[in-house]
Amino acid sequence: MNIAELKTMARTVRSDIVTMINKAGSGHPGGSLSATDLMVGLYFGGIIKVDPADPDWAGRDRFILSKGHVAPVLYSVLARRGFFPVEELGTLRRLGSILQGHPHKGSTPGLDCSSGSLGQGLSITNGLAIGFKKQGMDNRVYCLLGDGELQEGQCWEAVMTAAQQKLDNVCAIVDYNHVQLDGTTDEIKNMGDLAAKWHDFGWNVIELDGHDMEQVVDAFEMAKAVKGRPSVLIAATVKGKGVSFMENDCNWHGNAPSAEQLEKALAEINGEVQA
Amino acid sequence: MSVSKVPMRDGYGKALLEMCEKGENIMVLDADVAKSTRTVWIRDKYPERFMDMGIAEQDMVGTAAGLALSGMIPFASTYCVFLAGRAWDHIRTTVCYNNLNVKFGGAHAGISVGPDGATHQALEDIALTRVLPNMTVIVPCDAEETRKATLAMAKKDGPCFVRFGREAVPVVTDEDTPFEIGKARLCREGSDVTVFACGAMVFEAQNAAEKLAEEGISVRVVDLHTIKPLDEEAVLAAARETGCIVTAEEHQIYGGMGSAVAECLAKHCPVPMEMVAVNDTFGESGQPQELMDKYGLNQAAIEEKIKAVLARK
Repeated sequence: MNIAELKTMARTVRSDIVTMINKAGSGHPGGSLSATDLMVGLYFGGIIKVDPADPDWAGRDRFILSKGHVAPVLYSVLARRGFFPVEELGTLRRLGSILQGHPHKGSTPGLDCSSGSLGQGLSITNGLAIGFKKQGMDNRVYCLLGDGELQEGQCWEAVMTAAQQKLDNVCAIVDYNHVQLDGTTDEIKNMGDLAAKWHDFGWNVIELDGHDMEQVVDAFEMAKAVKGRPSVLIAATVKGKGVSFMENDCNWHGNAPSAEQLEKALAEINGEVQA
Repeated sequence: MSVSKVPMRDGYGKALLEMCEKGENIMVLDADVAKSTRTVWIRDKYPERFMDMGIAEQDMVGTAAGLALSGMIPFASTYCVFLAGRAWDHIRTTVCYNNLNVKFGGAHAGISVGPDGATHQALEDIALTRVLPNMTVIVPCDAEETRKATLAMAKKDGPCFVRFGREAVPVVTDEDTPFEIGKARLCREGSDVTVFACGAMVFEAQNAAEKLAEEGISVRVVDLHTIKPLDEEAVLAAARETGCIVTAEEHQIYGGMGSAVAECLAKHCPVPMEMVAVNDTFGESGQPQELMDKYGLNQAAIEEKIKAVLARK
């Protein structure tokens, strides 16, 4: 897809997110909306190698959603990419649904790993990357982390592992939206200069505007070109991006919009109202 | 009984070496205790199949999960307390919920770890692992059975946990002794009472049976090496045929092998039962044998419980 098409797809995905969470009556819109452009760039910008007709294709790249609570953005992207019918999005969080509240491997076509207990995804990513290298495979592994999630100490264990093992087939993405469930990351546990920290541990750090689609696609391409060390995209984002009343508000970390709020959100996302 | 003594962890290391020699698609991970777990043998001979993850057990388990997702068979190895304890959520949510083919080698299990004291004496790991869906839990009785259990885990798809101790303990099985995951092993036939034992307690149970035979008490001894899936058939046959049960394990009395047997009996065939285990307390520093004696994990304790359960029959 070209940049204009990617932007249109991002609107579609944002619409899916608020719609499905409204219907489910619960879910996590804030972080799903902040990660939308990153996920659309990854799945529709010619970055990740996957085949919706063969979800278990051994040659595919892998995606690990370390911040598992933003499952809605992944589900929308997978559905729009053709892994399963878009209508399934309406079953989110229902009994028997292929779309569990947090990702579950085996339930959802195209989903590579269960997640939801924060801090674990980068370790899994590293294991996959090491396994691919050991077995002479050139698959790449992508991992989306939240910035609040980086308060989990295991993330930094994994940061060290990836550098130690020179995992240039790993591309981590930090959705740097500065907001977590109870407030802002600065108020709760300030992580200081994130880019400097990853850099000090030996990573190739790419800082970008996580809502600028050209920058997103370029950053993924730059990461692919770097050899001998892992890359991380530190993407400046806005929690709740695209829906004015959700933006930068921790109360929208894990709440569902009402019917009225949904209508307003969809109007804003689709440009009928100036955000 | 006069037998040679070998640490069970040697059996773990030997099995890993055998698999490397055969070119199996395994990866051996350790968390900075490679010399203790014997994974150092792999590091020295097959470095391409070994990774030291540093002092980062949670990262080790997650990395093992990723390796399994890539098609390899990872063996995550460290002390039981730091594996089943510290990394429990990682074993639960990342390994078992995904039903990944990750193998766990839990070393330094039980109070016989000795002088390091309570922080390093895993007495809860059977309870912590057997509660997890998809998990297989094995507690072998000696170095040879540990070797066989480790090899058998690699052949079984899905998460598997093997627990073994630090000390040299009597080798009571040999190369020809059968071992099958989920199938209890009859060590000695008997008709008055059955002792289900695991780990180093199997040897103690055999000695107790021998001793009580002199008093005319016929004791069946069963090596219940697989705690999950439990060999319910063997447990129920023992209940029906001998009418009472004693369990013996180097673990807390709550939640371990004895509890698994009790759950089975209560559901299908309630009979009098006594348990030899650590009685809801932490351990302490001391020599291994001193601790086993102080905490009631020996032949004498088993004999006492046998007599107690017979009195209730």
